[in-house]
Amino acid sequence: MSNIFASRHQNGGDDHDPACPVSIHDMTVAYHRRPVLWDIDYAAPQGKLIGIVGPNGAGKSTLIKACMGLLPLASGSVRFYGKPYRAQRQIVGYVPQRESVDWDFPASALDVVTMGRYGRLPWCIPPRRRDKNAALAALEQVGMAEFSHRQISRLSGGQQQRVFLARALAQDALIYFMDEPFAGVDASTEAAIVTLLRALKARGRTVLIVHHDIQTVREYFDEVMLLNMRIIAAGPVEEVFTQENLQKTYGGRLTLLDKAAQAMARIGRH
Amino acid sequence: MYSLRTARSLLALAVMLLVSVPAASPAWASGEPSRSRSITDTSLQWPSGETLARVLLFRDYNTRVVVIGTTLLGAAAGVIGTFAYLRKRALMGDALSHATLPGIAIAFILLGAKSLPLLLVGATITGVLGVFAVIGLRTIPRIREDAAIGIVLSVFFGVGMVLLGVIQQMRTGQEAGLSGFIYGKAAAMLAADAWLIGVAAIVVVAGCGLLFKEFRAVCFDPQFASSIGVRVHLVDFIMMALVVLTTVVGLQAVGLILIVALLIIPAAAARFWTDDLRMMTILSAVFGALSGYFGSTFSALLPRLPTGAVIVLCAGGVFGMSMLLAPKRGLLAASYRHWALRRNTAYQHLLRALAELEEQFGEGAEIPSARLAGARRWSPLHMRSCLAAARRRGAIERREQDVITLTPSGRAQARRMLRNHRLWELYLIRHADIAPSHVDRDADDVEHVLSEGIVRELEDELTDITGVPPSPHGSRSAS
Repeated sequence: MSNIFASRHQNGGDDHDPACPVSIHDMTVAYHRRPVLWDIDYAAPQGKLIGIVGPNGAGKSTLIKACMGLLPLASGSVRFYGKPYRAQRQIVGYVPQRESVDWDFPASALDVVTMGRYGRLPWCIPPRRRDKNAALAALEQVGMAEFSHRQISRLSGGQQQRVFLARALAQDALIYFMDEPFAGVDASTEAAIVTLLRALKARGRTVLIVHHDIQTVREYFDEVMLLNMRIIAAGPVEEVFTQENLQKTYGGRLTLLDKAAQAMARIGRH
Repeated sequence: MYSLRTARSLLALAVMLLVSVPAASPAWASGEPSRSRSITDTSLQWPSGETLARVLLFRDYNTRVVVIGTTLLGAAAGVIGTFAYLRKRALMGDALSHATLPGIAIAFILLGAKSLPLLLVGATITGVLGVFAVIGLRTIPRIREDAAIGIVLSVFFGVGMVLLGVIQQMRTGQEAGLSGFIYGKAAAMLAADAWLIGVAAIVVVAGCGLLFKEFRAVCFDPQFASSIGVRVHLVDFIMMALVVLTTVVGLQAVGLILIVALLIIPAAAARFWTDDLRMMTILSAVFGALSGYFGSTFSALLPRLPTGAVIVLCAGGVFGMSMLLAPKRGLLAASYRHWALRRNTAYQHLLRALAELEEQFGEGAEIPSARLAGARRWSPLHMRSCLAAARRRGAIERREQDVITLTPSGRAQARRMLRNHRLWELYLIRHADIAPSHVDRDADDVEHVLSEGIVRELEDELTDITGVPPSPHGSRSAS
């Protein structure tokens, strides 16, 4: 009995299914009090490749950052297999946008990928041989083994993206969030990423991917979330990815929602 | 759980404060009277042979203290500066150092006496306040980091200057040597002060060594670091605490205006030499230490020069040499690479022009150099140097003054160049829909960078081409 109470308490009383890899309940996110995501409710299915699609400014990156606790929630909650992020860091991997870092940092590809193992190591303990080997294996998986000692600024954009993917792989997570991994990469990297995503799916991993190219959604993903400040539709691609839903997602901004958000931002400034 | 975290963060602060307490040094402000100088007095007082020997052989106790102190300070600043620089927080150090001045003045007013440790505690308190003020201002929309730093730096420094003025009036014209903190007064350093710097240097080096992994993760990608559970705020706090520690113990030697230079310059210089963070940290420490050592030695030899400024100029010298001489990223290496590329391009153009002329005159023909000069708009001087280079590389022979022949190896190279050039032209015409009249110039640039792999791909695209195809746009060297 006490277990039930404990789990109710941990879930904050919300309805989060412990079998669901990512469940989002009533999430609202704001930048400087201006809401950018409204009332998001979502339950990601286990072991699928899920595309998050929507126009610029729809809040796609914001959604995954908020899920990972990188942005504060104005309201709502997110659970990973029923537990909050703080308890599940080990099983959640993150591939940020390539432009989010300065690639002139003094590090080799191997150094960066090894950072994927840092979460497993306690304070002050440097990475060991085991971690280096895991990092090398991850580089191998993305076809970058021969570049492991190359300075990261001397890699092409596609190779840098693969290094970021390898860093997340080295973490060996169950759930992955990827922020536009296909943005600005060459054809061979695009193919390598697709192969990698299928391999992750075959191993039962759940992958949520912010994606900007609606042409390739049907080809790459099992599930899709259409997002424009709120969820327009989410589910299997063949059911959800319809002309009508796309029209709703991309057909102009939601003027009233936008105006309300701006009004709230103005209040915040006073 | 929460209290443990708080305890950890307090520990960093406690270490910092403890370190600044044990040093007792009453006479820090008693520089010799001979050092007082006016701006109009410009003679440097060149050192006598005896002074030279005394300083360089470390015979003089005071000099020894100052040199050791500034060397250790330079090393510590080099180490923590590496991370501040990579975290793009180096200018925060400037806001911090300027914000120490009001703390020094307030501590002096409250105590009514000169006690270095307590003045440094005051400096630490307002310095940290300054850092928090920058962080706080930054969260306000429309105030960017540079503006926040500028505001905090100038306002805190202004408050400090006003307080110094107040002290001057209180003490009938004596500001008690507090201005030594502004410009630095290394000669006033005592053994206890050098010890203080030594302990601080150990704390800084040990801290950076232990937290190397955390510092690296936070400097490179704080968002990712946070996502895997690195406590980014705490790591940033410790990093900033070590910057505060280094700044505060270095105030007396270098002065609050110039101390930021020791945080930035050695790190920026080290970046030129290496792509490895560990090596960069070590080099930065070495550069900082060298700057401290040479700077204080020079200023011991020339006591009229302010030590802080000389130390910073030495660091600037190290930076300048790194910028010029570093093997991969240095300016000289870069301009050599550029020059070598241009020379190679000219060489390949020459060979290709010869191959085109051989198509007209027949293989092995003696080509008049006048025709070669007509193929490209080469100046006679440029062509002479190109021809000389080609002959040195064994690609051409020159039997008579104005007749040139390709050697067999030169011919092979020349025909390969010509083939690459024409393959690229054909590729542009067929696959990129570029007009034949335009492709020559495009191919001119590209032919030098075509690797074997790209050539093979070109061959796959243009399967009907074997050997050297004829020019798709008519020969340029034909009259």
